Amino acid sequence: MSDTRNILLVGVGGQGIILVSKILTAGLVKAGYDVKMSEVHGMAQRGGSVTTQVRYGKKVYSPIIGRGQADILVSFEKMEAVRWIEYLKPEGVVVVNNYEIPSMPVASGKEEYPPGLIEALQGAFKTVVLDAGKTAEEIGNIKTQNIVLLGTLVKALMLDEIDWEEIIRETINPKLVDINIKAYNKGKEL
Amino acid sequence: MKQLMSGNEAIARGAYEAGVKVAAAYPGTPSTEILENIVDYKDKIYCEWSPNEKVAAEVAIGASIAGVRSLAAMKHVGVNVAADPIFTFAYSGVNAGFVLVSADDPSMHSSQNEQDNRYYAKFAKMAMVEPSDSQEAKDFIAEALRISEQFDTPVLFRVTTRICHSKSIVELGERKEVEPKEYVRDMVKYISTPANAKIAHARVEKRLKALEEYSNKSPLNKVEYNENAKIGIVTASVAYQYAKEVFGDNASYLKLGFTYPLPMDLIKDFASKFETVYVIEELEPYMEEQMKAAGISCIGKELIPNLYELNPDVVAKALLNKESETKTLDAKVVARPPVLCPGCPHRGFFYTMSKKKNTVITSDIGCYTLGGMAPLNSVDTCICMGAGFSAGMGMAKAFEVTGSDKKVFGVLGDSTFFHSGITGAIDIIYNKGKMVPVVLDNRITGMTGHQQNPGTGRTLMGEDAIEIDPVEVLKAIGYKTVKVVDPCDLKAMGETVEEAESSKEPYAIVTKRPCVLIKTLPPFKTKCTVVKEKCKKCKMCLKVGCPAVFFKDGTSYIDQSMCVGCEVCMQVCKFDAIEKVGE
Repeated sequence: MSDTRNILLVGVGGQGIILVSKILTAGLVKAGYDVKMSEVHGMAQRGGSVTTQVRYGKKVYSPIIGRGQADILVSFEKMEAVRWIEYLKPEGVVVVNNYEIPSMPVASGKEEYPPGLIEALQGAFKTVVLDAGKTAEEIGNIKTQNIVLLGTLVKALMLDEIDWEEIIRETINPKLVDINIKAYNKGKEL
Repeated sequence: MKQLMSGNEAIARGAYEAGVKVAAAYPGTPSTEILENIVDYKDKIYCEWSPNEKVAAEVAIGASIAGVRSLAAMKHVGVNVAADPIFTFAYSGVNAGFVLVSADDPSMHSSQNEQDNRYYAKFAKMAMVEPSDSQEAKDFIAEALRISEQFDTPVLFRVTTRICHSKSIVELGERKEVEPKEYVRDMVKYISTPANAKIAHARVEKRLKALEEYSNKSPLNKVEYNENAKIGIVTASVAYQYAKEVFGDNASYLKLGFTYPLPMDLIKDFASKFETVYVIEELEPYMEEQMKAAGISCIGKELIPNLYELNPDVVAKALLNKESETKTLDAKVVARPPVLCPGCPHRGFFYTMSKKKNTVITSDIGCYTLGGMAPLNSVDTCICMGAGFSAGMGMAKAFEVTGSDKKVFGVLGDSTFFHSGITGAIDIIYNKGKMVPVVLDNRITGMTGHQQNPGTGRTLMGEDAIEIDPVEVLKAIGYKTVKVVDPCDLKAMGETVEEAESSKEPYAIVTKRPCVLIKTLPPFKTKCTVVKEKCKKCKMCLKVGCPAVFFKDGTSYIDQSMCVGCEVCMQVCKFDAIEKVGE
């Protein structure tokens, strides 16, 4: 279906990807799109590979995105971006968080964390690199990294007609709303 | 009102709207969130986490017999556990409507096999319904309960991971209260003696004929014709969405929502209109086999794989030989296997076992399966819920017979202990097994995302409950020694394992330390950190397999955002290079 847009969000368990997709889909539904979303979180509670797929348009059938079909790949971690890259359209956009989480073979010293990932992405795709971790730390809460990425994502999607701040207010724990709205706006600027 | 809902949320909503009054389940991916959402309607629906799937099915069966609409939910392998009561209930039939939700896991995202539970409907001779998105998941529950009552049959409500965990838009309805049916003692119907079962089986065969008639007219089975389309597609469940995605208006569809018994007249009529008929179904050729047996010419598993889940790519490649253009990168990635969380109480136990040379560890379904991942590598087997004890018993007996001196440790968690570990523990005592049962009690059902169980002192509905202690249970069974130990105290853990190995009397171990992700725990205020000057780069700390501990630029590091200060790495460092920081 040609009018359907596909967003693939990837990262590591515990990074808050599910929350971002929740806000994203809530906004898209409000804007009147047909929306489908699919998530796989695997066995581990923390530390495993996590993916969320969001599709929206006039009428969406499959809840999952095929290889070479994603319009935008948002990766919360560098290596995960490369792991999922074949799902991106050749002309698609990568939004990548310049953040490294060593997986167990790396942490235990069996393998090296591969160098040059960002450069490889930039060499082949339109790539937006951001340091969401640093931005979140500057705001005062490292855990708002995910919302920084949300800001960058909605800007890249040109979904400005949706009142994202309102959706954030409706979705996030009231105590953390202000700092997350700050994070969202920072993300939009990056 | 319209709402974006997962299939599991929608099933819960469907049960609420259709007047269900009793629901029971044992957690298991991808089914868990069904009951986690039903509890939102607890003023209308009694709901419980049962100790296992068999109990859950029996609770729902009892409720149906007593006259209220009921639902039991479980993952596909859970239906194996519940199969015994289900098969007999399929003979006796229901009083009020009864639905058994089976959540299958094609591709085994979080399962030990990818069995296709549609065959259970045929095997047990019960009706089957399969939704293809969340709206249908909600709406079909009501129809399934109606079918159950009209035809006096349990209904298998079969969903898959991509139905359960995908969200789509649902139009909500109101709850329609259903008057409880009167309970009248009916010994011929509900006492399954051989004499009564003979009568029941004859009734079941008649019922199947009536159900097939219904199937041919069911609103759940729909034809979508597209003008000039030369291909006819017979499909069901999420495979329908993939078919539509790939073929769009270039095919006509027979989309089935009621899939046992199949509407063979409808299928024959549909198939007769096309030169090419594809059967697009996930996993086994369940529909295709029956269609071919009925003489319908069709193409299915000759082209579409029966391995793993389908998706639009697989369907397009198999049937149209079409592949999307992709761009690959010249960059290496390292695998990211699932791991025990930082601070996981199981780590101390598995690290201790990783030092043992002559032991066999029979593990079980739960986070402790991950004790088998590198670098801990301390698990020999993982079969099914409960087998940690009983398969261990069999291995111990085999070693006894062959004169091997290998020592067997059987491992399972608190929830699994109540699920089906107790019977294995009894077997070990009763039949004098020379092995050590170990309950890794982390005070919660972990891997499925924290559900209450008989050991936690709370129910699904949020009430206080009697806290059943595995230690007392093991003692009551006859274990002379039940050693309780903090698994993250490596010295105590090591001594306990050694004591267990040399014990001549029945010896059981219960490790007690709560899962670090339990939200009601006090916050972790201290963390471990590496003192660079003291680090001798021996990499011992990496052997505990903690995701927070890593080696970079010639020294060990501990990620402060992940560390919860469990001190396991600190205890293995021989140079005191890991210190505690914080209050």
